[in-house]
Amino acid sequence: MKIGILALQGAFAVHEEMLQSLGAETVQVRTNQDLKSVDALVMPGGESTTMSHLLNTSQLFDPIAERIDNAMPVFGTCAGMILLAKSIAGGRPDQRFYGAIDIDVERNAYGRQVESFETELKVEGLQSPFHAMFIRAPQVSRIGSNVEVLSMHEDKVVLARQGSVMVASFHPELTSDNRIHSLFLQEV
Amino acid sequence: MTKNAARTTGSMQVKRGLAEMLKGGVIMDVVNSEQAKIAEDAGAVAVMALERVPADIRRDGGVARMSDPEMILAIQASVTIPVMAKARIGHFVEAQILQSLGVDFIDESEVLTPADETHHIDKMAFNTPFVCGATNLGEALRRIGEGAALIRSKGEAGTGNVVEAVRHLRNILGDIRKITQADSAELFEWAKKLGAPLPLVQEIAETGLLQVPLFCAGGIATPADAALAMQLGAQSVFVGSGIFKSDDPSPRAKAIVEATTHYLDADILAKVSRNLGAPMTGIGMDQINERYAERGW
Repeated sequence: MKIGILALQGAFAVHEEMLQSLGAETVQVRTNQDLKSVDALVMPGGESTTMSHLLNTSQLFDPIAERIDNAMPVFGTCAGMILLAKSIAGGRPDQRFYGAIDIDVERNAYGRQVESFETELKVEGLQSPFHAMFIRAPQVSRIGSNVEVLSMHEDKVVLARQGSVMVASFHPELTSDNRIHSLFLQEV
Repeated sequence: MTKNAARTTGSMQVKRGLAEMLKGGVIMDVVNSEQAKIAEDAGAVAVMALERVPADIRRDGGVARMSDPEMILAIQASVTIPVMAKARIGHFVEAQILQSLGVDFIDESEVLTPADETHHIDKMAFNTPFVCGATNLGEALRRIGEGAALIRSKGEAGTGNVVEAVRHLRNILGDIRKITQADSAELFEWAKKLGAPLPLVQEIAETGLLQVPLFCAGGIATPADAALAMQLGAQSVFVGSGIFKSDDPSPRAKAIVEATTHYLDADILAKVSRNLGAPMTGIGMDQINERYAERGW
């Protein structure tokens, strides 16, 4: 079982360290060749416009869409959540995304970097609170009835799952707490 | 740092968090909204808003200051990616103004004329993260001690010549490698020699890593330059004059973005380096009157 981390841009290295701390075998995915070797994929935080651009130029967009259609488990954090959503507000008109989970998101909805924050979250299935970083984070503006809510912050959904697709608007990879990655690996 | 019941903003972790998100990316200098859009179209992870690119500052001479807020606001309105802007070394009021504008990162930059010849800005006093230049590990650790969330090599801005950036990256990363081999008594000497806080030196000995991300800046003009910086150990690249002082900025910007992602793949580097038109002419180090890298203490 190999876990891929989309490594076109962003916080892929810290995701990889976290998955390795849980004993997972990992591969950084930059090409279709890399993608073929993995059984699941993590889409990290970073700039979603940059990743969308690089998914095209690296000829990775369609192969990933096909794998998601064939039920490859995926976990998207922040920019990764934007890439997996059904619709994006505040993005670029040419920005591409997968529509893999029935949520709408609004990009940069928490504001600019001065508004970025850390906080404690109650997470479904975890015994104690999870310390979460929100960095120029997107907000979930609509959620479909088939989507399972795993955590809320104020009145917004911040962690959710539908089938084999999990998304977080925050960054579980930026702490030393690997419990949310562990939740994802259980699905895999 | 500001706390309320539900949210803590401006903590060191939150500041470093944005630097993490910018990894593997290209940050481009832009002087107006049109250039900012070209940069975003090309896949830039952020733009640096400034009135003149370093090559023009070098040509014009005089005092270089923080940009007009109006121009920074126009650039913020034209793109969705983070916008950075520069304050003069030690000019904490320019930094206060940039924070008030909602700039995502403040570059306390040697490219502008320093405002203080002894002190850098106390960066802990801000909720906005700072990036600072460094030519060696001591300088990098002094800036980190002052609260910088990101370090970039200084290189020699506005020259289109990557030689100084390479020197600075090798200085910083080479000393980190040596420190990991030092015994505990030798770390005191390292701290003294570098003029750096001892606890930060001890931390590096333990982890083998700089406390914050390390990016490359100063002289990158081609996709190969960007990949060189990445292979040497930089985690992202700043491109200043190299894009908008070249013949055809848009394809060059796109090629540098691809080269930064696929920096280990020579076949892709060969492909994206083709037909980009002329890069900026560039200048040799013996032809410049003033080294910006020497600014900063």
